Amino acid sequence: MNLLDFARGAAMKWSLAVFVFGIFWRLTGILLLHRTHDYSVPRAHGALLGALRTIIARSWPRREFRARTAYGLAVSYAFHIGLAIVVFGFVPHILLIRSLTGLGWNGLPDGVIYFCAVVTLIALIMALIRRVTHPVLKLLSNFDDYFSWVVTAAPVVTGLLTVAHYGARYETLLALHILSFEVLLVWFPFGKLMHGLLLPVARGQTGAFYARRGVNP
Amino acid sequence: MSKDDSIEVSLRKQGISRRAFMKFCAATASLLALPPAMAAVIAETLGRARRPSVIYLSYQECTGCGESLTRSFSPTLENLMFNVMSLDYYETLQAAAGTAAEAARHTAMKENWGKYLLVVDGAIPRGHDGAYCTIAGESAVDILTGAAKGAAAVISVGTCAAFGGIPHASPDPTGAVPVSQVIKDKPVINISGCPPVPEVITGVLAHYLTFGSIPELDHLGRPKVFYGDTIHDRCYRRPYYDAGKFAKTFDDEGARNGWCLFELGCKGPITYNACATVKWNQGTSYPIQSGHGCLGCSEPDFWDKGSFYQALSTGTWSGGTVLGAAVVAGAAIGVGAAVVSRRRQARADRKKQP
Repeated sequence: MNLLDFARGAAMKWSLAVFVFGIFWRLTGILLLHRTHDYSVPRAHGALLGALRTIIARSWPRREFRARTAYGLAVSYAFHIGLAIVVFGFVPHILLIRSLTGLGWNGLPDGVIYFCAVVTLIALIMALIRRVTHPVLKLLSNFDDYFSWVVTAAPVVTGLLTVAHYGARYETLLALHILSFEVLLVWFPFGKLMHGLLLPVARGQTGAFYARRGVNP
Repeated sequence: MSKDDSIEVSLRKQGISRRAFMKFCAATASLLALPPAMAAVIAETLGRARRPSVIYLSYQECTGCGESLTRSFSPTLENLMFNVMSLDYYETLQAAAGTAAEAARHTAMKENWGKYLLVVDGAIPRGHDGAYCTIAGESAVDILTGAAKGAAAVISVGTCAAFGGIPHASPDPTGAVPVSQVIKDKPVINISGCPPVPEVITGVLAHYLTFGSIPELDHLGRPKVFYGDTIHDRCYRRPYYDAGKFAKTFDDEGARNGWCLFELGCKGPITYNACATVKWNQGTSYPIQSGHGCLGCSEPDFWDKGSFYQALSTGTWSGGTVLGAAVVAGAAIGVGAAVVSRRRQARADRKKQP
């Protein structure tokens, strides 16, 4: 068994197993937590709409803080959107998703994917630079932040090296790319990357809470 | 024609012109990606050389490699056999049989000890002391080991000889192994493929016969001149891959338009071979050009890498049960954590009450 066989076989199986195990553990544990019953009379209805509104509104810069948050937001948007395009637009990735879920769609040309991957990588590097240079953010950052950055950037770097056939033989680069993604899968439920699933839950909860009180944040 | 004749003398005796010989040398130089001036060097070297002895052994194989070899067009096997080398033992092509055939092998080995070229196709079964393949009462392992002792170099032709191939595939009931696992003290050149491209076989033979040395090899012991690039890198359908245009089935519009076969399981991106450049049947075509994805047959363990029709970017595992168990275990622990949290909360609430 060579490295690629390992990456496509046992490593993929067990990383996916850890991923779904962790996801179900975290989500079930959080969603079944005790909630204090709210006995107050609601001032307004439409908790669901309020939840959706807050999820979107809090992802957009507030005018008052725009100058201070513009850099971070722009960079964050760049790599989040870039990652989404690369993950869900590249045909080999779509084939993997289809093999796992049965869902498939048409992909984008490779040139578009390569461009987005480069933009994503640049944005990730800019985000890291901000994290290590910003006086407050630097103090707030811990191992989880940096390791989550590494496991996010690694598949992008190895993916670009793979399509460029740079640094090693193609099958070795492909194996490293798949393995780096599998490390991300294993880390995802247990680190800050879990915000991908918990962020809508947390913001939605806050939005529903405010909506009940007639507040439109 | 005496075996002691130089190649030039043997050619003259057969009435083959100098011009025809030079054409052969030019074709060989071109095939080996050598500069045109090397054709003259090849001609001069071969012209003076004594025709070397070649012993060709066949074990766990389907004779597909031999069939391929006989279809080489440049240089042709006949050209190599009659002009450049002395093929002293090859069960598929020789007229002799039984005791006479074995005697021919022993004679060739004795007369050319230390100088002959040993070509092997097929895997070597080592299970049950080699009982799965015997010739004239001798096991394949013993014949190969004995013949390799006097060989100048060993050439493994085909994926079975190079990497074990189909006989070595799981569950490998005969304990089949490649030649390189049996012969450790001689240079072994692997010419993989199921079967290998015929011109690659004859090209490597011609290289050895011309220069007296083995060509530069990759980490799997294959000549870089033929196995330096992937099929994908040299594929004429590569632009469709880059443009994101893929055939989804073997009879859809994409397939009819000749789009990339990656989604249909083509293993071209991880397969190193000369199919896309040298092609088959006198440069007519190769599997992808004929509408089927590359199987990756020149790579080790290609038979055990999952379905031929499964895209390379997908997994090769079968673990639905493991994933199901992971879901159940994750949910169970999550529920347990929530229950513990709720109890703590209830206890805290009770303590707060006056």
